[in-house]
Amino acid sequence: MTKAQDNYVLDIRQNRRGYALNKMFGSLTSAANRERFAADEAGYCDEHGLTPEQKASVLERDWIRMHDLGASIFYSFKLAMIDKKSMQYLGGVFTGMTAEEFAEALKAGGRKCG
Amino acid sequence: MAEVIWGLATSHVPSIGAAMDHKKTEDPYWKPLFDGYAPAREWMAEHRPDVAVIVYNDHANSIGLDLVPTFGIGTAESYDVADEGWGRRAVPRVVGAPELSEHLVVELMDDSFDIATFHQLDVDHGLTVPLSVYCPEPGDAWPCAVVPILVNVIQYPQPTAARCYALGQALGRAIRSFPKDIRVAVFGTGGMSHQLSGARAGLINTEFDRMFLQAIETEPEKLAALTREDYIRDAGTEGIELIMWLVMRGALSDSIRRVHDTYHVPASNTAAALALFEDLGASGAVSR
Repeated sequence: MTKAQDNYVLDIRQNRRGYALNKMFGSLTSAANRERFAADEAGYCDEHGLTPEQKASVLERDWIRMHDLGASIFYSFKLAMIDKKSMQYLGGVFTGMTAEEFAEALKAGGRKCG
Repeated sequence: MAEVIWGLATSHVPSIGAAMDHKKTEDPYWKPLFDGYAPAREWMAEHRPDVAVIVYNDHANSIGLDLVPTFGIGTAESYDVADEGWGRRAVPRVVGAPELSEHLVVELMDDSFDIATFHQLDVDHGLTVPLSVYCPEPGDAWPCAVVPILVNVIQYPQPTAARCYALGQALGRAIRSFPKDIRVAVFGTGGMSHQLSGARAGLINTEFDRMFLQAIETEPEKLAALTREDYIRDAGTEGIELIMWLVMRGALSDSIRRVHDTYHVPASNTAAALALFEDLGASGAVSR
């Protein structure tokens, strides 16, 4: 599995790169769109103009790849919530831990990252 | 004239709101945090403002990718609670204070702050969780009107900490020049250290947070001098939200008193804190 970058900063370049992807996630703030997405994820990705790589990362829930391709966490979290996945789950994905291990690390005072 | 009676700094983690909404505040995970809030809540309940000016950021709900204003003010008569992707929080809609909003926009523009105006705005957890921290049981209506002030902390480059502090100082002047005898509280929200994505996800920097909690009272200039890179390195990619505390601090007078503070790790993936300051005003006298 690819390793996550240390930081994903939504700068102007990342915004441009992830625009379609994040725009699609942003549309999930409407209940009607959530239903349409659930009914046909691939079609919904196509409708929003995702690149083939971005679309594959969404369909496969390859969260690290998704962020390497421009996703921003406040947008991608809306997809996680559709899957009923917590921020601890995503934290685990980014750091190579289970959701439980990640939550325990937080309870123990958080991760020290220089 | 209007007066600023207190300033509240508080984290706005969505799960803090969810813990209240789902009656989990007595669970062992959440109890220490909410116990820490109690003295501040008691004091605020005895010092009710007419209007809360809430400095917060939207999280991909009302502000998208197409247009990212650096500073904005809500100017509407009311604000709906946002559906952030999992339905709306079951809390009252937010009543605005459009006359004060208009006054603040005009005064800040004259003070060389170029403010975007939101005539329609759904408010997300960034605003509603701090309201719940202030008032856990609002019933059918929040106990005050609200002026939302939005700061871009999501897209890089965010405004500098120094600019946020200066905005706060101008905001304080603008509030105090509003020609009605109303009591205003200013909320600075977000933080403390946290990072949600990337290999540094789960970052907590207690040493930085403790320094910040002290300096926000006594040395705000020191915090205003930190660069956005400093914030991201030390407090995490999302910990940069702390620059919004400086807007609140700038709006208070030089004479303040720390009423209460609390710090707890974790709330979800975040170091959560609250710090409450009474504004003693120009006279420096403890009021009421």
